[in-house]
Amino acid sequence: MTEIVIDVRGLVKRFGERTVVNGVNIRMPKGQVWGFLGPNGSGKTTTLRMITGLLKPNAGEGACLGHDILRESAAIKRATGYMTQGFSFWSDLTVRENLDFVARVYQLPNRRQVVDEALLKLGLAQRQKQLAGSLSGGWKQRLALAAVTLHRPQLLLLDEPTAGVDPQARRDFWDEIHRLSGTGLTVLVTTHYMDEAERCDRIVCIAQGNLITEGNVADVIAHSGLTTFSASGAGVRRLAPSLKGKPGVEHVAFFGSALHVSGTDSEALRTAISSFKQDADWEEIAPSLEDTFIALMARAGVDLRQQS
Amino acid sequence: MIPLAGSGPRILAILIKEAIQMRRDRLTLAMMMVIPIVQLILFGFAINSDPKHLPTAVYTEENTPVVRALVQSFINSGYYDVTMRSGGPEDSSRRLATREASFVIHIPAGFTRRLIRGERPQMLIEADASDPAASSIAIGRAQAIVDHALSHELKGPLSRQRQQPGPVQVVIQPRYNPEGITQYNIVPGLLGVILTMTLVIITSMAMTRENERGNMENLLAMPARPLEVMIGKIAPYLLMGATQTLIVLLAARFIFNVPFRGPLWTLLLGVLTFIIANLSLGFTFSTIAKTQLQAMQMTFFFFLPSILLSGFMFPFRGMPNWAQYIGEVLPLTHFLRIVRGVMLKGVGIGDIAIEFQALLIFIMVVGTIAILRYRRTLD
Ligand SMILES: Nc1ncnc2c1ncn2[C@@H]1O[C@H](COP(=O)(O)OP(=O)(O)OP(=O)(O)O)[C@@H](O)[C@H]1O
Ligand SMILES: [Mg+2]
Repeated sequence: MTEIVIDVRGLVKRFGERTVVNGVNIRMPKGQVWGFLGPNGSGKTTTLRMITGLLKPNAGEGACLGHDILRESAAIKRATGYMTQGFSFWSDLTVRENLDFVARVYQLPNRRQVVDEALLKLGLAQRQKQLAGSLSGGWKQRLALAAVTLHRPQLLLLDEPTAGVDPQARRDFWDEIHRLSGTGLTVLVTTHYMDEAERCDRIVCIAQGNLITEGNVADVIAHSGLTTFSASGAGVRRLAPSLKGKPGVEHVAFFGSALHVSGTDSEALRTAISSFKQDADWEEIAPSLEDTFIALMARAGVDLRQQS
Repeated sequence: MIPLAGSGPRILAILIKEAIQMRRDRLTLAMMMVIPIVQLILFGFAINSDPKHLPTAVYTEENTPVVRALVQSFINSGYYDVTMRSGGPEDSSRRLATREASFVIHIPAGFTRRLIRGERPQMLIEADASDPAASSIAIGRAQAIVDHALSHELKGPLSRQRQQPGPVQVVIQPRYNPEGITQYNIVPGLLGVILTMTLVIITSMAMTRENERGNMENLLAMPARPLEVMIGKIAPYLLMGATQTLIVLLAARFIFNVPFRGPLWTLLLGVLTFIIANLSLGFTFSTIAKTQLQAMQMTFFFFLPSILLSGFMFPFRGMPNWAQYIGEVLPLTHFLRIVRGVMLKGVGIGDIAIEFQALLIFIMVVGTIAILRYRRTLD
């Protein structure tokens, strides 16, 4: 039986009148990399904070690394690396001083050696005397990753770790994440990038505090029941406005010079586009994760509005 | 110390981080060192302006050559401008109260006769001591003026009257300031004021700064406990307080010639306790305030009564009861008693143990509030 690292049930968080997280369940096995997706304000950060014990849930329960999230947050903190959304290390300390501080707080043996290794491994050695506040975005992110993995945590919670980071640095970052997960580390990472979601073993999607779907990328796409057509040719740019709002057409988006038109009701969708057959070259394709994600979120928004 | 078992490394971690940040914040650091110097200079300027020619009334009950010579020597000193005669005790009081006169020199009947017999007669100087910076120097010179004058007057067979301790006893009666607050009192008091102002302000930023710079979530995600954070964060400022103390004590000794009668270690123990009280209070403010601005406002809200009701500005016993009750709660009140007691009166720790107790109680109460108020979560 695989070890379950995060096992939370029915997490609810309210801020005043607003319910920001509404009954979230996550059950995550050891050694995997999961993506946590959702639009802005959907409750991702709040959920991560409840898992680490930084926020007390209004309802729900669960364990993280075998420790109760309500009562044993000290033990969870010792074994977890949490990278906050936005840089939260000390900008008036140097790179090395930041790592040194972390090493001391976690009481790591061989502190100097551990810090040296971390600096080398993440290519920060040349910048160790630079003030953290003066680093560029990509280097800040490397420093943060070095700092939250310094104490060899068993679980990594990363909140939008690659926001504002260039593609090469993002790729390096993900290589590092997969290397770490190879050593048995469990990683839950929130992201708004679909290509990053596709690098995850599984994705969890949340909208307005509610879990919408969960699974590996292929399953999520398949289970969405979405049909997508791609239109190409000279006239596609003029097509978009006329297609929007037609019955069966839920979602219209450009992909380079092609236009993706998606809908759940495949018959209605076919009927809708049949009247534009001669304006472009049509082809049925597998929906991309982005098509699926946007469709799911749109549908969730409608469903939730109807409920309330 | 069970609650702190195993906390050493984490306290050290926070202490080192805080010390580095303190060192990098050059402007704040400079301010903390410059404030005591500036205050001392401002104050020193006020008392070193050496006010002379203060309006003086004389009330002499006899008119002998010796008395005339005495009065003349007061005039010659430059400090006393004898511009009026007082008609009696009531007239003297009126002149002092209306600030018509800063001093009344009273030489009683029979003065000359007793002087010649070597009976050490008394003469009285009543002083308007409500502005000690103005009056204290003139008062300080009085005995010397008298001794000097009599060394000229008492010649020949009377020169044996020029024995120690002085042929005349000059009695100073400070009015409107019964505790006789003088520069000697104010310089040690200034130490307390400087420590209160700078240390409370700086530690009141301790947690709000983490909050405003977005470090709070990170700090909370680490396994550091509230008491560890508190100790680690205030410890570096002990050094700052110690440096300020050194500056003021050196100035007190070598610039203002404040006497130092009591044991140094008692004074240092008092300073240490007082510094910790202020740092704890500042840290507590920082756990309550949401922004640095709020922290600042709380500090000033505390600073004002500290200045006004501690006995620094106004004589403590002269204040109404309610003000005295408030005063008893302020650490500065107790520190003033310790520092004035030790420096000026030479008392030992036994005499002022109760002031130490008050400071310790203050530290414990305030520290407990801080630990209770400390945010353990982001809620
Ligand atoms: N301390 C708080 N007090 C009040 N409201 C809050 C608080 N923290 C978060 N919220 C609200 O809760 C909602 C969810 O916030 P959360 O940060 O969890 O979203 P998110 O999914 O992480 O969004 P993003 O992708 O923008 O980071 C938001 O509408 C936010 O305004
Ligand atoms: Mg977020």
